[in-house]
Amino acid sequence: MRNITAAASAAATVPSPDAAVEVRGICKMYAEMEALRSIDLDFPAGKLTTLLGPSGCGKTTLLKIIAGLIPATSGEVRVNGKPVTGPGPERAFVFQDFALMPWATVMRNVAFGLELKGVGKDERQAVAQKYIAEVGLSGFENKYPHELSGGMRQRVGLARAFAVNADVLLLDEPFSAVDEQNRRKFQEDLLRLVDLEKKTFIFVTHSIEEAVYCSDRIVILSRRPGRVAQIIEPEIDRTASPDAIRRDQGYLDTVEEIWQGLKRYVD
Amino acid sequence: MTLFGYRVPMMASLLAWCVIWEIVGQAGVSFLVPPLSDVLVAAFSLVQTGSWQAAALTTLNSFLIGMALAIVAGVVIGVLMGRSTLADNLLGIWVNIFVSAPLSALVPVLMILFGMGETTVVVTVFLFAVWIIVLDTRAGIQAVPRSLEEMGRSYGAGGLRLYSKIILLAALPEILAGIRLGMVRGVKGVVIGQLLVSIIGYGELFELYSRNFDMENFWALTIILFAAAMGLSALIENIEKRVEYYAGVR
Repeated sequence: MRNITAAASAAATVPSPDAAVEVRGICKMYAEMEALRSIDLDFPAGKLTTLLGPSGCGKTTLLKIIAGLIPATSGEVRVNGKPVTGPGPERAFVFQDFALMPWATVMRNVAFGLELKGVGKDERQAVAQKYIAEVGLSGFENKYPHELSGGMRQRVGLARAFAVNADVLLLDEPFSAVDEQNRRKFQEDLLRLVDLEKKTFIFVTHSIEEAVYCSDRIVILSRRPGRVAQIIEPEIDRTASPDAIRRDQGYLDTVEEIWQGLKRYVD
Repeated sequence: MTLFGYRVPMMASLLAWCVIWEIVGQAGVSFLVPPLSDVLVAAFSLVQTGSWQAAALTTLNSFLIGMALAIVAGVVIGVLMGRSTLADNLLGIWVNIFVSAPLSALVPVLMILFGMGETTVVVTVFLFAVWIIVLDTRAGIQAVPRSLEEMGRSYGAGGLRLYSKIILLAALPEILAGIRLGMVRGVKGVVIGQLLVSIIGYGELFELYSRNFDMENFWALTIILFAAAMGLSALIENIEKRVEYYAGVR
């Protein structure tokens, strides 16, 4: 484990060359309520960075600002060097409540991003087919979302995000509506996909274990107004089996350290 | 329903009421209630007359035009109210007044404005049907989950495509319910409109038969109208059933 909080604040002024997403001085006010206060962050390309913090710390708000879904009050987000003014094809979002279209089949839901881009039917279905297989949903192409379990619905959401071939994937508490056993399996699958797809992942969660298990880098936000409290790189050997990782001393120490840091925010 | 341990088929109660009607009619309790069999015979010959066919066409024509206008205007206003607080505040009070107002009272005024012809009837149908469509559409639009809209935006649906691909489809169950209720009200509208104008279509026939105490034909006309209204409503209900699962999983 490496605590790089100090290094990160120095890096904020000098943009690192390998940052896929740069967040500079983001503040967000909701009427009188200050949600985020001058956030400076770099998200390294090809890595999975987690935003972790107590509920109401603004982590989902920050993610949606990066997605271009809500405007920041001040500050700037750059993706691949270009400032964000709204949603864009280089970013794909995975929603906490899946946000699947109930009137469309798994196939059409997964291919929806390509449909909006104007990709022809045969081509987009071929791409969708590939990612449906990759998330383990082969055979369910013609099912409707209400015929699937929560875990399977989120796999559809994930396949939809992969299908548009975005550089940056934004995941908003993707497993919080999935039951515990499915979640573990899902986390393992996600790690496999992170390895396979070589994309930049930004992941919001409130589960410390999930953050430590999945992340290359963990950004801990303080309670409202959200600020960067700490940045941790778990440095866990991911070549080990999932079960070995969960028993690894480094993994357990990191979980404990984060918990000690976050404990003061819990009522 | 079960009776003395036997399962009673669904339409059995209707049959029972038909039998009671027939008995009361045969007993000659009142000239207002002729036997059902006579009414059915009258209905059968009525639909073959040129005057009924012409009246039905006129009525259907006014009804369809009025309904089409009501659906278009109702959905557009409903979407506006569902999406914009300003529109909701401006129009909400009027929609709520009109949805419960006794609109029949307005028909004489409409006659002054639109004349004694079909236009008045079309406007009456429109006014009867449109408000409930507005209210249901508005409710449906407001029930569209925020995340579904954000999903559309983040995958590149902006402007009109956001409506055509996400918002209107997501609100479809409520919009259809509004259209079904609007149709039932529209049927009332077309008859009341024609009765008050009283010189065209179904209203003319109603007026003619009731004034001459021609009860067989009067009831035949009523039954045909009820059947048509129920058939229309069942048709929409059938479409609604296909999208019913939405509401639970949206």
